[in-house]
Order: sequence, then C-alpha cells, then structure tokens
Amino acid sequence: MKILVGYKRVVDYNVRIQVKPDGSGVVTDGVKLSANPFDDIALEEALRLREKGVAEEVIVVGIGPADLTSHLRNGLAMGANRAIHVLTSEAVQPLTAARIFLKLIEKEQPGLVILGKQAIDDDANQTGQMLAALWDRPQATFAGKVEIADGKATVTREVDAGLEVIEAELPAVITTDLRLNEPRFIKLPDIMKAKSKPIDSIEFSSLGVDTHDHLKTTHYAAPAKRSKGVMVKDAAELVAALKQKGLL
Amino acid sequence: MSKILVIAEHLGGKLNPSTARAVSAAAAVKPEAIDVLVLADAPDAIAAEAAKIDGVSRVLTVTRAENAHPLAAVLAPQIAKAATGYSHVFAPSTTFGKDVAPRVAALLGVAQVSDVMSVEAAHTFKRPIYAGNAIITVEADANHTVVATIRTASWPAAASGANSAPIEALTIDAALPTHTRFIELKQGSSDRPDLQSASKVVSGGRGVGSKENFDIIYKFADKIGAAVGASRAAVDAGYVPNEMQVGQTGKIIAPELYMAIGISGAIQHLTGIKDAGTIVAINKDGEAPIFEIADFGLVGDLFKLIPELEQALG
Repeated sequence: MKILVGYKRVVDYNVRIQVKPDGSGVVTDGVKLSANPFDDIALEEALRLREKGVAEEVIVVGIGPADLTSHLRNGLAMGANRAIHVLTSEAVQPLTAARIFLKLIEKEQPGLVILGKQAIDDDANQTGQMLAALWDRPQATFAGKVEIADGKATVTREVDAGLEVIEAELPAVITTDLRLNEPRFIKLPDIMKAKSKPIDSIEFSSLGVDTHDHLKTTHYAAPAKRSKGVMVKDAAELVAALKQKGLL
Repeated sequence: MSKILVIAEHLGGKLNPSTARAVSAAAAVKPEAIDVLVLADAPDAIAAEAAKIDGVSRVLTVTRAENAHPLAAVLAPQIAKAATGYSHVFAPSTTFGKDVAPRVAALLGVAQVSDVMSVEAAHTFKRPIYAGNAIITVEADANHTVVATIRTASWPAAASGANSAPIEALTIDAALPTHTRFIELKQGSSDRPDLQSASKVVSGGRGVGSKENFDIIYKFADKIGAAVGASRAAVDAGYVPNEMQVGQTGKIIAPELYMAIGISGAIQHLTGIKDAGTIVAINKDGEAPIFEIADFGLVGDLFKLIPELEQALG
C-alpha cells in the first residue's frame, strides 16, 4: 500500500504574526518557515505504518513555488520514500488543494491519504474533508489513534463530546489531531540520504484543475486586544470584585 | 434575498446549543428565511427544540436509520441535496460542523468560509487566521451557495421559547455510502455544565500537578456552578481527558466568567478564551503571560488560594 501525505510549509508556529500596517497581508518576509505541525504528525503516522509493514511506500506532497524543494527534502529526511512537488507561485485554497490531491490519487492509487487536520496559517480545516468528498471515499478527521487491518482503518477521533471510534474502508482520508503521535527528529545522516531521494515536479497548470469559485481576501487586521486588568491582593478581594460584577 | 439553511448539531436526542449560535449568525445576514435541518434517526424532540429558537422560519427533518450517528460521509450528500434553493448553508464550527461542512462544500463545488466571526454583508465575512493573530475579511462568490462554519464563541445563542416554527418532514433521495461506520462514542460522564456553552468555566493547567490534584479544580467549579476545562499541557500530561481542552486546538469558548488556575497562558490557550467576558488568572508566577490579558490577577499558590476562595464565598 502507498500512503500519500500532505506536507505544507507554513510560518513557524513560534513566530509572532504581524499584520502589515496597510492591511494587505501579514508579514512573511524573512520569517522562519517550517512544516505545518499537523503535517509532521501525518508524516510520522505514515512512517510508523510503513515500519509496521502496513504500507510499503510513503510519498510526501507539497504545493508551492520552486524553493519548496528544500522543505520537501525535510520530509524525505524524516523518512518519506519520495516527494511530489506541484509547482505554482499562487497561494492555493483548500478546494483547489483537494482537487490537486484527487489528480495525484488517480495517478498514484494510494490506499491511504493522511493530511493535517488544518494548516496553522489559514486555519481552514477543510482540505481532507473536501478531498474525501471529491474522491467519494471515507474521511476520518481529527484522528487521535489509527489502526489498519483487513482493508479497514479503525480511527479514534477527538470530538467535542469525547472520543469517537469509526471504521473506514480503505482507501480513505485521515486527518491528524495533535495527540496522534510525536514526530521524530531528523538525524544528520538522513539529511544526506534524502539528497538522493526523488522529487517529481509537476506544473500545476498541467493538471487541468478547476480553480474557480474562490474566496477573495480583501483586508487583514490585527485582532482586538484585551487590555490588562488589575492585580488583586488576596482571595477575599477577588471574590468581592467578582460579586460586584454579578459573576458569583 | 438570502435563504439560509442551518445544520442542527445534536447528540442523544438533544439539540446542541451551538445550533442557536449558528442561527444568530444566520440572522445577521438579514435573510428572508432561516430553516434548520435536523438529520437524525429520531428527530422529533430535536426538531421541537429547534422550532422554539427565535428567527427560525421552518425546521426540516430527515429521518433515516443511517442518521443515528453524525458521519460526515453519510450526512453530506443529504445536506448537499437539501441545500438546493438556499443562498447559504451554515453549521457551527464545532468538531461536528468542521467535519461535515467542507464535505458539503466540495459536493456543491464551492469554497467554504471557516469560523465566521462577523457578517459584514451577505457574502462578506470576517474570520481568524494564524490562531486568531490576524482577522481577515473574505468575500465569497455571490453567484454560488455560501457554505460556512460559525465560530460559536463570537455569537450569542439566539433566544429560545417565543417561537414555534413549523416542522416539516423532508424526503431526500440520496444514495448513502456504507464505507464509513460508527463504532462507539466514549464520553466522560459528568453532571457539570457543558464546557462549550457554560456561563462560567474554571480551567486548570500544568500547575495543578496531577490527575488527583485536579479534584481541587472540580470541587471549586462545583461550588460556583461552573464547567471545567483544562490547558493543553494538562491534557497532554494526562490529568484530564482531551474533550476538556480549551484553546486553539481544543474548544474555543466565550463564558461570562473564565478562571484560569495554574495556567501560564500559552498563545494557543489564549486564542480559546479571548472572547470571555471576565478572565481571572491565578498563578504562582507573577510574570506568566496569562496576567497580560486577565481582568483580575492573583499571584500565589493555588492549593492555598482555592480553599481561601471557597471560604470567602461562604
């Protein structure tokens, strides 16, 4: 079985995001970029399934400009067998990303597609679900535990009410939640090895993907700030203050 | 004019309060009609609750055995068919809505607006990106159905009680897949208020120290009638189950009173509480970032301060 893993590059989660004063976007020049944390978890899960003998090949997929190659090399260094780079200089929205993945699925015929539940830049939380719909296959979102046996995935999902267990026939789409696993660190020899692993580059325009019906972002703003409140000296003063506001 | 279909979230025969929040967002579009769609195996009690929500024009029910559990692959084809004739389809941005709405959007071939915080116009919305560190204004194509999830913390629940909208049964001719099956839902049993909709929430963090120590948080919450939440650190450390996590990757909540106890205030936690009415922070580290956004801060040992709070409450 092949596993396709979405591997998006985003602004590193430690970077403090600044909105440009003219509201045209956020500052991304010179900021550190890293793999989307949920995608690292997706790749780790795929690698573990390969190590268990459930899968033979793990393919990381990136969508972006020419310099995305170095990011994909990280995925290869972590352990993916090969990478697919869909080349485009345009930012891709979730529906388009899902349509791109569908094209790659038609070619690669994976048994499983693992994506992060959301990317920490646009926080959309859509691509996996959209892909499953277009592919007409099961989706198991927000996965906290994955077991593969007898052509099925049994997935424990982290939902608001608790933990939901569902069974999905393969092929299927799984999206990862935080507690699914802890991704491994990349070791130096693996970085060297990754240099010889293949990256297939595909021009986005050659895929014939419909890019119609997108959202237009017209303005970026900094969030409203909460102002700093007061420090109280003891429990009695706190209770009195909350009672005065009618909160207790 | 707009016509909005709101997807009802429910569990165990009860309507989830997030549905009434999605109705509030629908009302902000000033539509000609707001219909609530209830997909269930036994929708009557849920539909009766939905019919009482102010602003609801009609409640539509789809009764099928396959709808006993909220499987996105099963629900989405039905919602996509029911969406015919509507300008907007709204679902709450809970794990339920986040799971099913994008599947509906893809079936309709449209983009989705996630986590709507405000409605600027019928096709213009504000939503957070980068964990709420930037707010964007987005415009959806006016020629297509808008599928959106509603950030529940940004919207009050629409009032309930005065309305009695008509309830109509729908028959939807959609082939449903059998490739995805529900096995079980493991829920923590609790008589405490629901974390997502409670007016008061007490949360504990890493500072609480252990699963056993968390009893002090439960006891205090019970004393003031609050729901109990936790930081990601407390969940990761195994003090409490995952469904209690408050923050960017857990529940985003907006109670009238939020008390963060032994929580330092990582950005991802603050993202989940910044719409709360009043935030109280209790932490032994006076430099903790939580104090930057707290309305009331109290520095000290929580194991000493909580009993003192209980005493002061009488």
